[in-house]
Amino acid sequence: MAMPEKLTDTLDALSMVSDRGERIQLLIDTAGRFREVPPSLAQRPFGEEHRVPACESEAYVFSQERPDGSLDYYFAVENPQGISAKAMAVILGEALSGAPPEQVAEVPQDIVYQVFGRELSMGKSMGLMGIVGMVSALAKRQSDAKRA
Amino acid sequence: MSEIESRGYVRPEVLVSTDWVASHLNDPGIRIVESNEDPLLYSSGHIPGAVEVDWTRDLNDQVRRDYLGREGFEALMRRIGVTKDTTVIFYGDKNNWWATYALWVFQLFGHDKAKIMDGGRIKWVNEGRELSKDTPSYPASDYKAADRDDKRIRAFRDQVLQHVEAKKPLVDVRSPDEYTGKKLHMPEYPNEGALRGGHIPGAASVPWAKAINPEDGTFKTAEELRALYEKEAKIKPEDDVIVYCRIGERSSHTWFVLTNLLGYNKVRNYDGSWTEWGNLVGVPIER
Repeated sequence: MAMPEKLTDTLDALSMVSDRGERIQLLIDTAGRFREVPPSLAQRPFGEEHRVPACESEAYVFSQERPDGSLDYYFAVENPQGISAKAMAVILGEALSGAPPEQVAEVPQDIVYQVFGRELSMGKSMGLMGIVGMVSALAKRQSDAKRA
Repeated sequence: MSEIESRGYVRPEVLVSTDWVASHLNDPGIRIVESNEDPLLYSSGHIPGAVEVDWTRDLNDQVRRDYLGREGFEALMRRIGVTKDTTVIFYGDKNNWWATYALWVFQLFGHDKAKIMDGGRIKWVNEGRELSKDTPSYPASDYKAADRDDKRIRAFRDQVLQHVEAKKPLVDVRSPDEYTGKKLHMPEYPNEGALRGGHIPGAASVPWAKAINPEDGTFKTAEELRALYEKEAKIKPEDDVIVYCRIGERSSHTWFVLTNLLGYNKVRNYDGSWTEWGNLVGVPIER
């Protein structure tokens, strides 16, 4: 299944940035756009069912259904130093919100390497992949519900 | 007596406070080095004058699973303008987890003039101290490195196997769920990079972060650390100890604590750790 169009565009744009320093700055700027899940949708303490397994930045993922059946994705990152988690959350939120859930459900977790490069620690990559996986799982649930 | 000295460490001089660092920012005999897990943190703002040493790009061999060799270390030290006389002050994210890892690698090459900034990056940030986005540049040094010494503070799998057979002490510093192998089998948890879960037989479980005060990231006092390692884990300063985790990064933190803060004489870090042991054919595993 095709990747959601906006995500493809985002990854293509990132792939054009070959200079490591420029890419890092781009991702830092991206993280600067992070907005936490609105209180109307979730408040602390966030439910464990929303917590991303293996993410040491203590990230949470939430979703809200749109009238057309697609989802908006929201995030919280409790670690104040979790700048990569915030950048990943912004990319996923901007690129996947409103996309067909069946497409989002198939987004591979290893896109984190397309975003951050191969220089991630195992722990860091697992945490970031966990965020992608959590978003995909929410989309799969929505996709299955639509089909039922 | 400084606050750090009052904590009763065997080698208190291996730690410096954030105050001390703030007053040595322009000291030519000091090189401040930030080492993080998060690849974006340094560029988002660092201690003024600090250089970055990245564990994947700077400390690892880019082909084999191993650390850089003598020439690579020499090039790194020359690039960041460090001489044999320079004292390197490490700090970083995750309560200095990666900073102690970098310090451990530096010690493989005998650069013993190295200290850790107590509390790491988060303490500096939480104290509202200055951060800079400028990447500093220093004149290249003519550093001549020694060959890497893998005997003193590093352990390999065959040595670990002999260690197990001799029933000598090991410390597993991973989380309790990794220690028991539970994590490897929990649905939705990613594979930890190993085919089998559990721990090396005989290893005591002391998660690395227990050595840290969670409120500010500083190291616990010597008395608290002794309670943790000597009373709970039953190891002693005269023991021959091997520490391990998943790839040797968290266990370098425990290596630092046991060696420098508690003065243990022989502690080796098994950097192959669980990603090697949990994939080896035929080695014993406990759950």
